[in-house]
Amino acid sequence: MKYILKYLKPYRKECILAPAFKMLEAVFELLIPLVVASIIDKGIGMQDRYHIIRCCAVMITLGAVGLISAVSAQYMAAGAATGFASGLRSDLFAHIMSLSHKNIDELGTSAMITRITSDVNQTQTGVNMFLRLFLRSPFVVFGAMIMAFTIDAGESLIFLGVIVVLFVIVGLVMHFNIPLLKRVQDRLDRVTLLTRENLTGVRVIRAFTMEENEKNSFYGSNRELLDMQMKAGHLSAALNPMTFTLINFAIIILIYTGALKVNSGTLTRGMVVALYNYMSQILVELIKLANLIVLLNKAVASGDRVEEIFKIKPAIEDCADTDKAAVKDAKGGIDKAGKGPGVCFEHVSLKYSENGDEALTDISFTAQPGETIGIIGGTGSGKSSVVNLIPRFYDVTAGRVLVDNMDVREYDARLLRSSVGIVPQKAVLFAGTIADNLRWGNENASDDELNEAVRIACCSEVVSSKGGLDSPVEPEGRNFSGGQRQRLTIARALVRRPGILILDDSSSALDNITDKKLRENLKDIGYDPTVFIVAQRTSSVMNADRIVVLDDGCVEGIGTHEELLKSCKTYREIFEANEQKEYR
Amino acid sequence: MSRKNTVKRIFKYVSGYRACFVTSILCAVINVSAALYVPILVGRAIDCIVYRAVDLSSLIPVLFFAAVSALVSAAALHVMNELNNRLVYGVVRDIRNDAFAKLHRLPLSYLDANPSGTVLSRIIADVDQFADGLLMGSSQLLTGVMTILITIGFMFFMNPFIALIVVLVTPLSLFVARFISKSTYDLFTAQSLIRGEQTALIDEMVGNMKTVKAFSYEDDAVRRFDEINGRLKGASHKALFYSSLTNPSTRFVNAVVYALVAFFGTLTVLKGGMTVGILSSFLSYANQYTKPFNEISGVLTELQNALTCARRVFELMDEAEESPDEGAHDLCRRTGGGEKPAGILGSVSCDSVDFSYDKSKTLIRGLNLKVEPGEHVAIVGPTGCGKTTLINLLMRFYDPDRGSICVDGCDIAKVTRQSLRRSYGMVLQDTWLRHATIRDNILMGRDISEEEMIKAARDVHAHSFIRRLEKGYDTVIGEDGGSLSQGQKQLLCITRVMLSLPPMLILDEATSSIDTRTELKISDAFLKMMEGRTTFIVAHRLSTIRNADMILVMRDGNIIEQGKHEELLDKRGFYHELYNSQFA
Repeated sequence: MKYILKYLKPYRKECILAPAFKMLEAVFELLIPLVVASIIDKGIGMQDRYHIIRCCAVMITLGAVGLISAVSAQYMAAGAATGFASGLRSDLFAHIMSLSHKNIDELGTSAMITRITSDVNQTQTGVNMFLRLFLRSPFVVFGAMIMAFTIDAGESLIFLGVIVVLFVIVGLVMHFNIPLLKRVQDRLDRVTLLTRENLTGVRVIRAFTMEENEKNSFYGSNRELLDMQMKAGHLSAALNPMTFTLINFAIIILIYTGALKVNSGTLTRGMVVALYNYMSQILVELIKLANLIVLLNKAVASGDRVEEIFKIKPAIEDCADTDKAAVKDAKGGIDKAGKGPGVCFEHVSLKYSENGDEALTDISFTAQPGETIGIIGGTGSGKSSVVNLIPRFYDVTAGRVLVDNMDVREYDARLLRSSVGIVPQKAVLFAGTIADNLRWGNENASDDELNEAVRIACCSEVVSSKGGLDSPVEPEGRNFSGGQRQRLTIARALVRRPGILILDDSSSALDNITDKKLRENLKDIGYDPTVFIVAQRTSSVMNADRIVVLDDGCVEGIGTHEELLKSCKTYREIFEANEQKEYR
Repeated sequence: MSRKNTVKRIFKYVSGYRACFVTSILCAVINVSAALYVPILVGRAIDCIVYRAVDLSSLIPVLFFAAVSALVSAAALHVMNELNNRLVYGVVRDIRNDAFAKLHRLPLSYLDANPSGTVLSRIIADVDQFADGLLMGSSQLLTGVMTILITIGFMFFMNPFIALIVVLVTPLSLFVARFISKSTYDLFTAQSLIRGEQTALIDEMVGNMKTVKAFSYEDDAVRRFDEINGRLKGASHKALFYSSLTNPSTRFVNAVVYALVAFFGTLTVLKGGMTVGILSSFLSYANQYTKPFNEISGVLTELQNALTCARRVFELMDEAEESPDEGAHDLCRRTGGGEKPAGILGSVSCDSVDFSYDKSKTLIRGLNLKVEPGEHVAIVGPTGCGKTTLINLLMRFYDPDRGSICVDGCDIAKVTRQSLRRSYGMVLQDTWLRHATIRDNILMGRDISEEEMIKAARDVHAHSFIRRLEKGYDTVIGEDGGSLSQGQKQLLCITRVMLSLPPMLILDEATSSIDTRTELKISDAFLKMMEGRTTFIVAHRLSTIRNADMILVMRDGNIIEQGKHEELLDKRGFYHELYNSQFA
């Protein structure tokens, strides 16, 4: 919780003034019982009507001044709270965006989304309430005690006792309630996850007619959430009655001991009434305080969860030495001859988790500038893992990956990535227009450049059928078919004119005519990027300068199509499997 | 939906907890009356306190009764809190359950058209906000109203004249509160809208973060986020500030009331109309009587917010549903298991079917098709030609605009969706896996033995990679398959279908991400699976579909050629062109 409090810093002024105004309001409220005591002792006791009128006018004035300071306080508290939440949300989002692939795999999307939405909202409410009331309430409580002290030192001991016991009760409730609220949130996460999965997997669920099972498992999780909420609710439900009993017992003791003192002549009746009024004020404040504590508990629990996200260090540390990185950043790594940078794998091994098996073992190969490298192998052989290392989506466990003769870990990760165009397996488009999506590759690209990329990626007619570059793309690209999305993602990568182009099995959703045309178009794009084609079909890679054959994370063979047919058994098998399928 | 209707809907949910609700009200009455009796007793006690002449013998019993009253009140308060927790969390659970059940009754057209983030935020965040508002509302509104009513009663009993003054001034406080809450309603709606927009962006960017990283789009994402965030900050600040004006304003009205009571009360005391003790009770009441107005107005703004959220949830629940299955008969009686459900042969026919997603332009027009039981139908054509749409219609994810589709001569619009879908086995190109163990993902809640499962996994060559995972079949995979490769995910999806072989199959690019070597290995399993089953295959590899009994060549939503491989080749039409492009 401490860490995120720094977002209050820009609002230091508000954070000081809001409670200050609140205290001012409280001071005026604390003066009221004194005025009343004066009315009783002086006004009634001495039959002074003028004094009564004056006192009542003072009370109304105190109220009016209180109103003004309270309104100022509310305004500043609301400003600080929304500003705090806004800053926190913004940094949290940026932080989440800075996490690497490995972190994303581990965290899960729903958890990140609830943190940034409902958890941040809870902290906003918490800050707002804290500024408005949490300082005011203790102030009234202590203020009432001090006022009591000025009336009668002995009686103020009762106040002291009450306050100590109250703090113990509140502290204990907080202590036990916070962990429970955390568990409530965990269960809510589970409910969120199930809802999300049912939204994204609705076709599969309906196809398997799993609706009833899904409902039942949702009902189960929801029930668990309810149980935990009830459990956490018991404590907060007990808080109010406890404080109420405590205060009323204190009042009774106060009146009894006060009565004895009036009897012996050390106190007046008006003073006893004033003491009683102060105790009542404490009661009113405490009821507010108790409600607040419940709220603050929630906010602290949310704050802690937000902080947990902040504590996650991106698994990939960016190279701080930007000077060095900048030298290497020349136009996407394309040299004067129009060739993309060379890429070299030196004894690379990769593990996704510390205890897991190696996904890649001792991979070594070199791509000369402008060469096309095919990567082929079975499902799970590590093809995607290899290409994911080039833009440094993951860090190698051993060995190193060189781009343009420099270790990828020495580049500024963004600059490195900006010279790589990658077409991922899963074709994702984003809400906006087609042009918006394509400009992901290069935000300064002109319409002509976009159209050129669209042409190369064989999706001119897709774009024109939808109504041009400015036609809308719905969230997740839902208004496009799988193949259309795939071609647009290829265009998106090309818009960038990357030095290194990676096609990660990206023709799988394309029909044969398109696939072939695409490969032809790619040969003629005005420069020679270094290309990596991940494929399952030998036909997709047979024209590559070199083909790397992978099996179970190891290199089985490297060479041209003809060489590998002679020397590599796995490659031959793949080829024959293709042949059999294609030419049978 | 009007506010009145929203409230009515909420009460419908509350009526499920009638016993809780009634007992809670009863407890509120006890709690409030006992609590309010305390100041009367204290007033009496103060009247016993006369300077140097305290009547101890009557003071002690009065104080004893005050203690008992306080205890009774606290006990009732505790019970009420517990009941309110049960009520609110229960209602929230019920609403979430209903909303979730609703998801499965919504037509796919709705789910396809609305970002899952928006729907998610309704079921999770909105319901949460609603719960907060309702919980505060139900507990404080109840006691607040009770306190006001009972105090008025007591005050009229003690002194009708002063009571009248109090009752006449307080409507001012209500008026102020109402005015404020009315004007904040719109502000909260505005805030809600911006929040929805932000959630949608978060969902999109965080959900597809790997793509975001590949294009170094993080900065743009953060920029877009900050833009919305800035607007949200402004809207929240306004909503929060205006809603927080209620408290200070009503507090000021209270101060006026308090001063008036003090003034007229003292005058009455001077005239001998009442004792100082009663005046003290009156002042204490004036304090406690106006406090609920504060609370109620605070609660009203909170409820306002809750109502806005509830309305959004109810709107979701009121979305048009799929046409009900009621009155429809089952397509088959027996289901599940490894064998064909009895009674279904698997002939499929389409009769002049028209369909489009966007009603302004037709996609499929006058589609006719006749498939005999056990026939294998391959659907080919360029990307975006309507293959996936055809599957949407066959599975009845969408209903045709005109014409009919029959299975075994039964119009599928007249049979239950469940029985129809259960007679299809489906593997889609877009794999969907959930955050659960491999086993859960394969079994999908079906009762299947371990041996059968492993056999199926072996047949599709998924067993070897599953075995290598950390905990084998019990490995929990992340959302959407986590770190599994696309091919591995597809293997799991195929295993899933292998385990229950219905009489008809739909394979939409089922093997697109599986390498050819593995594909060849599992082809035996596929052939066995397809044997005697009506099968629709969408694939781009013509070799896969060459052995089909019928090939449908689609283009722009229409079937332009139909026949066997050789026939179509001889025709030298579009199929011929497609086929040759692969080898030319």
